[in-house]
Amino acid sequence: MAEQDWKADKKAFWAVSSVPLLWTLLLFLVPMSFVWLYSFGSNVGLTEIEISGTLDNYKRAIEWLYLSIFLKSFAVAALVTVICLIVGFPIAMALTFASEKWRPWLLLAIMLPFWTNLLIRTYALMIMLGSQGYANKTLGWLWESASWIKALVGMQPFPAWEPVQLLYNNFAVVLGLVYVHLPFMVLPLYAALDRLDKSLIEASLDLGAGHLRTFLKVVMPLAMPGVIAGVMITLIPALGAYLTPDLMGGTDSQMIANVIERQFKRANDWPFGAALSFLLIYAMFILIALQGLRRNKSGEAR
Amino acid sequence: MAWLRQTPRAPLEYTRTLWMRSWIAAVLVFLYAPLLVLMIFSFNDSRRNVVWRGFTTKYYEKALNNDTLVEALINSLTIAALATAASLVIGAMAAIMLWRFRFRLKGVVDGTISLPIIVPEICLGVAMLIFFAWVEWPNNLIWPLNLGAITIAHITFCFPFVTMVVRSRLASFNKEEEEAAKDLGASDWQAFKDVLLPHMRPALVAGALLAFTLSLDDFVITFFTSGPDTITFPVKVYSMVRFSVTPEVNAASTLLIIITVVLTAIALRVQGTKNLSVSH
Amino acid sequence: MTDNSPIIQIRKVSKRFGKVTAVDDVSLDIMPGEFFVLLGPSGCGKTTLLRMIAGFEVPTEGQILIDGQDMSRVPPNKRPVNMVFQSYAVFPHMSVAENVGYGLKIAGVGRAERDERVREALELVKLGGFEERKPDQMSGGQRQRVALARSLVMRPKVLLLDEPLSALDAKLRAQMQFELADLQEQVGITFVTVTHDQDEALSMACRIAVMNKGDVAQLTTPSDLYEYPANRFVADFVGSVNIFEGKLTVDEPDKAAVDCPGVGRIYLNHGVTGPHGGNVWVALRPEKIYLHVPGHGNAVRAAGQDAPEGHNFARGVITGMSYLGDITLFDIKLDDGATIRVSRPNLSRHDQEVFEWNDRVSMHWRADSPVVLLS
Repeated sequence: MAEQDWKADKKAFWAVSSVPLLWTLLLFLVPMSFVWLYSFGSNVGLTEIEISGTLDNYKRAIEWLYLSIFLKSFAVAALVTVICLIVGFPIAMALTFASEKWRPWLLLAIMLPFWTNLLIRTYALMIMLGSQGYANKTLGWLWESASWIKALVGMQPFPAWEPVQLLYNNFAVVLGLVYVHLPFMVLPLYAALDRLDKSLIEASLDLGAGHLRTFLKVVMPLAMPGVIAGVMITLIPALGAYLTPDLMGGTDSQMIANVIERQFKRANDWPFGAALSFLLIYAMFILIALQGLRRNKSGEAR
Repeated sequence: MAWLRQTPRAPLEYTRTLWMRSWIAAVLVFLYAPLLVLMIFSFNDSRRNVVWRGFTTKYYEKALNNDTLVEALINSLTIAALATAASLVIGAMAAIMLWRFRFRLKGVVDGTISLPIIVPEICLGVAMLIFFAWVEWPNNLIWPLNLGAITIAHITFCFPFVTMVVRSRLASFNKEEEEAAKDLGASDWQAFKDVLLPHMRPALVAGALLAFTLSLDDFVITFFTSGPDTITFPVKVYSMVRFSVTPEVNAASTLLIIITVVLTAIALRVQGTKNLSVSH
Repeated sequence: MTDNSPIIQIRKVSKRFGKVTAVDDVSLDIMPGEFFVLLGPSGCGKTTLLRMIAGFEVPTEGQILIDGQDMSRVPPNKRPVNMVFQSYAVFPHMSVAENVGYGLKIAGVGRAERDERVREALELVKLGGFEERKPDQMSGGQRQRVALARSLVMRPKVLLLDEPLSALDAKLRAQMQFELADLQEQVGITFVTVTHDQDEALSMACRIAVMNKGDVAQLTTPSDLYEYPANRFVADFVGSVNIFEGKLTVDEPDKAAVDCPGVGRIYLNHGVTGPHGGNVWVALRPEKIYLHVPGHGNAVRAAGQDAPEGHNFARGVITGMSYLGDITLFDIKLDDGATIRVSRPNLSRHDQEVFEWNDRVSMHWRADSPVVLLS
């Protein structure tokens, strides 16, 4: 049934809309517009900021030093998204095709880490990746085993195991982001696959296609909306990630959020930080617009 | 291996293939091993998370006697409770507004309300920092008023999630039910209370859980809004992790994980496992 | 109030949604104790009319009176009518008893009386003992009974039913048609039902208003509707019919004749008061045509008996047959060119073997069977 014209019941409309609208206006739009205004300002003295309409902050932001961090953030976020997609797709498939009895439990198992505190999860992963941590120990054990097998067949064994540096580098940042964002990817994929008519897969198999071809030609195209939703829901927070690169990254693994944080908390250059913030927001908008464009296109084709 | 192949696998029983099972197992190990190690080592009688040196609960005692840690935890839970309650009300109102009414600029309003979901945390944090500095929010208030700024910031980014969840639930509401109530003599308010609200209930539970988790989870925005003297659990853990890894963090984390699991279990009890996906 | 004053008066009511006119200047009266049916195809405005009576839509023009009272400013929750919704709208989170007792509770009826009336209402719809069930444990038919009881318990002056049987399967629907009619007789409340199903309308109604594009096309009793349709729309919508266009060539008080190209001259034993020599349409129901094996006896004589002048007689070839069990439908290409549909009851087990595809047949119909339609 159609929505009701708000004029038909003004009292009810204002009863439900005044608080959310006011809140959004005063405590979201106003603060955001401050950031926007500050991005055209400059520092005058220690605490005074003058909104002078200057574009210097943006000019500085596209210097190579910062541009490269932007590009790197994109690269890291994209890599994380791709890994999440590859790791998550079979999980979403498993959720879709699991028996009624197992599905809720599997879903719960995937969701539970999402409900767990982000910082705790990051910290837990750091323990694992430490130079004396279990990841290193497992790798060491594999190394020793391989070396032992090699010796067994009469070849020169490997040199002794040296713990590898798993933490405080780019690898750790990517792994940490995958660890944190995997559930985000799985859920939309599962939602899309679950809506998919199973008889389409059966029809494809019935018509002689193999499982792989069925997957590539039937399942993937139909799951595309879920893939796109999953990519967006992973890419956007990964791009703005602060905590993971801060805690798990090394000196060269800073992402854009870390640079923004530094402008506010340490360098005390608010206008520049504001400009970087808005560049990040614009990047988000471009991503969302691209997705919208794609959706419109496929809508027209239909 | 008998349990693996009791009957031949049907073509679509992908979950019964070995590679699929291995994949699931590997992902679950990836997701859970770090958490389990963290929890196990919270009982380890050593200052390092490396070698097992015997069972102890002394780090729990230490954590519970660590006044700033306990205070941080209480602050976090208080903020989460307040933010959840407010987000639930505001979010549900916004959801009803967007679901029921047609008005000018609805697309813009809709987009703006969901914007906090998309805007990176760091940007929202920055905005809140500037905003509260501009209004010269006092930071020498007594508890719990000193949590005001953080709570407001949390409500701002939590309620759009509640709106999203409640709205998708409202889409499945049969408006004839509301008409039936009015037909039987109910006023607008009675129809809302007796019919619409019970329909929204699972989404309200899911939304509350989501808001609570998001609030409890948040580090970045809190980091930017908290005054020098107010500290929340994530902020405290952050500084402990950053500057000195101690098993106290393990103990405190384990406690929080248990709180989370219990809360999730309660929520699932309330609405059944089937509605698990309602929250997304 | 005397028994003869209408319980519902609809006076020149129109309803427009933007540029779409859903109901166009409709006036009709519904009498107390009547089982009134609004029949029509989807989008004809029948549901809008019902919802205006219930108060969920406000007329753009005109007024609706219930029991003599103008309802223009009365909201749905204050009207002495109750509605059974198409989806039943049984509250899923309440038990059956809570559902049925909801209206009474709102009205402030005390617990004891409420329980008693709920029990009575459930007995009435044959759901005694189901009080504590939840709707999701019930079948569609049972949920509908809950919806019925929930409305009846309010003792409304008028009960409105929106497509009450559309969600039921065929068997259950047939059974519920009888039960609804019985129930209506039992409680004596005026029922106003909306349906697109002519069988439903014919079997249950005291009077039927057929609606088309926001207008009332005809308002009369079921048998008159079927036997004396007022126009082509009604003739075609209610039951199946052969319609032939022709010219009215004879029109006297006791006889008439229409020349239909492709069929021939069709005789009637009554006058029609139509435009002489003008275009008219003749409607002829398939079951009113007698089918014969040619030369096999008395077709011509039988036709001659009641056609005052000439005979309603035709010959043709069977071009289509469908056996439906109780009857068989024949499509016959007449020698004059038109195609006519004839239905024939299978009175004995071997009846369907009498006629085959491509058989030549002759047929006749009585002079009081055709209906001349002017529009």
